[in-house]
Amino acid sequence: MICIVDYGVGNLFSLKSSLAFLGKNAEVTSDPVRLKKAQRIILPGVGAFGDAIQKLSGANRFGANLKSAVMECAKGGTPLLGVCLGMQMLFERSFEYGEHGGLGLLKGEVRPLSESARGLKIPHMGWNSLSFPVKNDLFKYVSEGEFVYFVHSYHAVDCADSVIATCFYGGDITAASAKDNVFGTQFHPEKSGDTGLRILKAFCEV
Amino acid sequence: MLAKRIIPCLDVKDGRVVKGKNFTGLADVADPVALAARYSESGADELVFYDITASAEGRKLFADVLKRVAERIFIPLTVGGGVNDLDDFARVLNCGADKVSVNTGALKDPTLISRAAKKYGDQCVVLSADVKRVDGRFTVFAKGGRENTGRDAIEWIKFAERSGAGEIVLNSIDTDGVKGGFDIPMLAEVVAAVNIPVIASGGAGSVKHFVDLFNSVNVDAGLGASVFHYDQIKIKDLKAELSKAGVRVRS
Repeated sequence: MICIVDYGVGNLFSLKSSLAFLGKNAEVTSDPVRLKKAQRIILPGVGAFGDAIQKLSGANRFGANLKSAVMECAKGGTPLLGVCLGMQMLFERSFEYGEHGGLGLLKGEVRPLSESARGLKIPHMGWNSLSFPVKNDLFKYVSEGEFVYFVHSYHAVDCADSVIATCFYGGDITAASAKDNVFGTQFHPEKSGDTGLRILKAFCEV
Repeated sequence: MLAKRIIPCLDVKDGRVVKGKNFTGLADVADPVALAARYSESGADELVFYDITASAEGRKLFADVLKRVAERIFIPLTVGGGVNDLDDFARVLNCGADKVSVNTGALKDPTLISRAAKKYGDQCVVLSADVKRVDGRFTVFAKGGRENTGRDAIEWIKFAERSGAGEIVLNSIDTDGVKGGFDIPMLAEVVAAVNIPVIASGGAGSVKHFVDLFNSVNVDAGLGASVFHYDQIKIKDLKAELSKAGVRVRS
């Protein structure tokens, strides 16, 4: 069972549909008990970092906080995939409208794209191509140069150890990170056509 | 760097795709789900759905169409038509849309743009503007191009950007449906006025029109409807030609 963490932000329909398309049964849940039983966990996210991390950390309708459940699963070895803002939350902190602590599962921090992609349109929105500085199983079905869909105004920096994919937008941008069982994609695999489906398929096999 | 996007647009009425010439004389084309799947497989970078029904019954059919599309098409989906308040945003986002395009609803209540951007993020809010030259001035029209608002188009689009719109679809009424090429002069003025992505709409009739578009003006995407629906242009062929002409596209 794959659990998609529902903490009250974002549209989870596409992630669930794309997994269903791959023949994988995914459950959208905000129940920590279900999360702890999951074989894989996807942490989605759209919107602002501060708001999202606050919602993830607060007591939900099950009276428990999902942040500690996600942390416990990740530390226990459950494969975890953060998508877009969900990926950014895996890092130590973010500077989106103030400073906010992240989950700290990956080393690095999240900074405004405008600091590096000067003169370019922000958000970085659309299809950009991937380069792989190292080999990682998440991209075992994807070739260098394939395009994926991005929508973001902030990006992960100082995370050299975990970068497994980059794209070029005024400079090299962290497109994906991984450490052991923790993965994150800045782009949306569930919106990246066939390439995205192959990335999700690979995550289901790690 | 980002690829230039090719975006088929599907006008949906009572659950079917239609396309008019200069906004009148609609002719039924095809089943939206089948058409969307075909586009996705052939390399479309994004899809736009406009709900042009006015009735509650039509809205329900549209929601059903959208859900069925979102279940099997894994590229970004933008939805417009009849979006007048935040409830309309919720209605289409819950069916699987990624972005919502506002037009007449924003003209009636311009605060809709900022309220939606605050709630769903800038990336979610697309301003669609139907623009026509009136006495030599780019003027915004409402209600599917039928009503002259008297508003200056460039001012309106700049206002939308300030209010948090993440993207502009510029539809030139002067070139729409005529298939004589995109409205390059109009697009150039808009691109110079804003720093958010601009999608060119209205006038696509041939592969050359898209090549001219991307070679003449820094738009992010080109949108077309009937040229794609009737297979006058195959998206795969279009992308191959663009690539040959030095335009970066997703292969």
